[in-house]
Amino acid sequence: MKLHEYRAKEIFSQFGIPVPKSIVIDNENEGEAIHKELEFPVALKAQVLVGGRGKAGGIRFAESMNEARRIIPELLGMELKGHAVRQLLIEEKADLIHARELYVGFTVNRKSRSFTCILSSRGGVDIEEVARENPGAIARFDIDPEVGFQQYHARKLSKQIGLAGKKMLKVAAITVKLYDVFRAYDGELAEINPLILTDDGNVIAVDAVLNIDNNALFRHPEFSSEGKTSEEFTDLEKEAREAGLAYVDLPGDIGIIGCGAGLVMASLDILKQFNGEPANFLDVGGGANARNMAKALSIVLKKPDVRSIFINIFGGITKCDEIARGIVDTAPGIPISVRMMGTNEEEGKKILTDNGYHVYENMEDSAKNAVEQAKAYREGL
Amino acid sequence: MSIIIDDSTKVVVQGITGGQGRFHTERLIEYGTNVVAGVTPGKGGEKVGEINVYDSFDEIPEKPTASIIFVPAPFARDAALEAIEFGLDPVVVITEHIPIHDSLEIVHRASKKNIVVIGPNTPGIISPGKCKMGVMPSHVFCPGTIGLISRSGTLTYEIVDDLSKAGMGQSTAIGLGGDPIVGLNFIDLLVRFERDPDTRGIVLIGEIGGSAEEEAAEFIKGHITKPVIAYIAGRAAPKGKTMGHAGAIISRGTGSARAKIEALSKANVRVAATPGEIPALLAEELA
Repeated sequence: MKLHEYRAKEIFSQFGIPVPKSIVIDNENEGEAIHKELEFPVALKAQVLVGGRGKAGGIRFAESMNEARRIIPELLGMELKGHAVRQLLIEEKADLIHARELYVGFTVNRKSRSFTCILSSRGGVDIEEVARENPGAIARFDIDPEVGFQQYHARKLSKQIGLAGKKMLKVAAITVKLYDVFRAYDGELAEINPLILTDDGNVIAVDAVLNIDNNALFRHPEFSSEGKTSEEFTDLEKEAREAGLAYVDLPGDIGIIGCGAGLVMASLDILKQFNGEPANFLDVGGGANARNMAKALSIVLKKPDVRSIFINIFGGITKCDEIARGIVDTAPGIPISVRMMGTNEEEGKKILTDNGYHVYENMEDSAKNAVEQAKAYREGL
Repeated sequence: MSIIIDDSTKVVVQGITGGQGRFHTERLIEYGTNVVAGVTPGKGGEKVGEINVYDSFDEIPEKPTASIIFVPAPFARDAALEAIEFGLDPVVVITEHIPIHDSLEIVHRASKKNIVVIGPNTPGIISPGKCKMGVMPSHVFCPGTIGLISRSGTLTYEIVDDLSKAGMGQSTAIGLGGDPIVGLNFIDLLVRFERDPDTRGIVLIGEIGGSAEEEAAEFIKGHITKPVIAYIAGRAAPKGKTMGHAGAIISRGTGSARAKIEALSKANVRVAATPGEIPALLAEELA
């Protein structure tokens, strides 16, 4: 799960990483606290979990209280890439004239199967872009988790990006602190971009990114409820997560339910191949019972555009008769195209055929049927 | 022959007293896997069927050679590190939803000790007719000469079923695991299948996310002489969305099915458009 900038900054600050002085508001009245708490100029930043927030107009600056009063309602009312802005982080604007912008980040590196530290002498821009266009500005290090990330590692990296003396030491110290945050919070990504390094050798984290591994939320109970309802997800995606189903909303009109992520992805692909448009991805998971299946169907049926549903089950741990019962219990009321094989296949087929459903053995045929049903509906309109 | 496991493998089940552990232990024994013991801390002295349960590895009288783990995610790191410390090889981690920092530590420790970790979040490994360490439905597999490496569970069963029906049995089939960090990659297994005299052809089942397929393609060019047929799931997947498996996500410009298919095609690997096409393509290559 992604944390809002202000939450990430609270955590960074607890670990000794300097952040700008700030307040968080969720209504206009609270904005009046600015002149008591902060010094102008200030940055007003929309707290939404989308990338490219600055470019989309979600970050503004104010030189005075009057200016801030004008900007606050504009920001609080706006929608950024489909997300309503409900909170603002207002903080003292860092002086960028007598400073440099750096990048510091830690990620889980799939390729090297390690934690990776990345430092860049060019902060404040997209790190991927720097990696492409100016790879010399970047220093990387794959961390041995048993040795950890020590000051000497960090010093070497900060030297590599051209820092020396006190500044090198200062940036190294902050980098180690960010590693501590990354490890303590089970980070998938912990990032400061930009990290401001002033000419007199002070550092300050102007932005903060912390993405926590959803699978580790049992170690971070303070976030566990948010993990399921984060604004990264649509309402149906949230409902499915609460029910323990892997679900992704898609724009088409044919619902898809299957067991196993790979099989569901393959089902999407086959549907597309027959010119069908998937309305969703839904993996009921291994070992799903009738109740899980009924829940899965009820979620897909909530999408008003769905005209037919393609159900693709290859029973391994999952038992076909359980799936069949879930379908029959739900009685979906729109065309269902079921393909079913594997454990308890015969029982499952019997339950479905007894209740008037046709069962396919081959997923291509079943997908084709789902596409035809949806098409027949559209043409019948 | 087969790779990694065979009829000499002696298996301990970690987390044997849980629902999944109990159910699948019975299936393993039915299949003929030599399960020598179970471990669940705090439940030492109990029995699951005929299998004795112990609190820790030191207490097991007949030393196992390999471990299969069903321990719940919060305790899986401890279980896997114990198995690695004890020198068991392979360690098959079935458990899903293990925190990625934990998986990384497990995988790292294993590689230092030169131990094979399969998973986490894997259906496991099976050398048909010899040994099964996994949760796959056994009846779809049959002994033969095809090696299969996959990032997906159910899709593997699907494809194996087609292969078996087409008369193409399997030497060994392995699920790499659906997580971003797993113990083995395609290359580790391509090397083993290339060396295995009883494997004639290889099926590689990939999906969106990461770059393991691209790396495999690069490797195949210079090192693999046996025919390889691939299938990549997720051509219709959107960017930035996790498609069921934690590792199945197109992020920061990497991991699309198109890039993987292109890389494989460039390496002269034929990529099936649907899972159902695989047996015919493989038969052509083997002819």
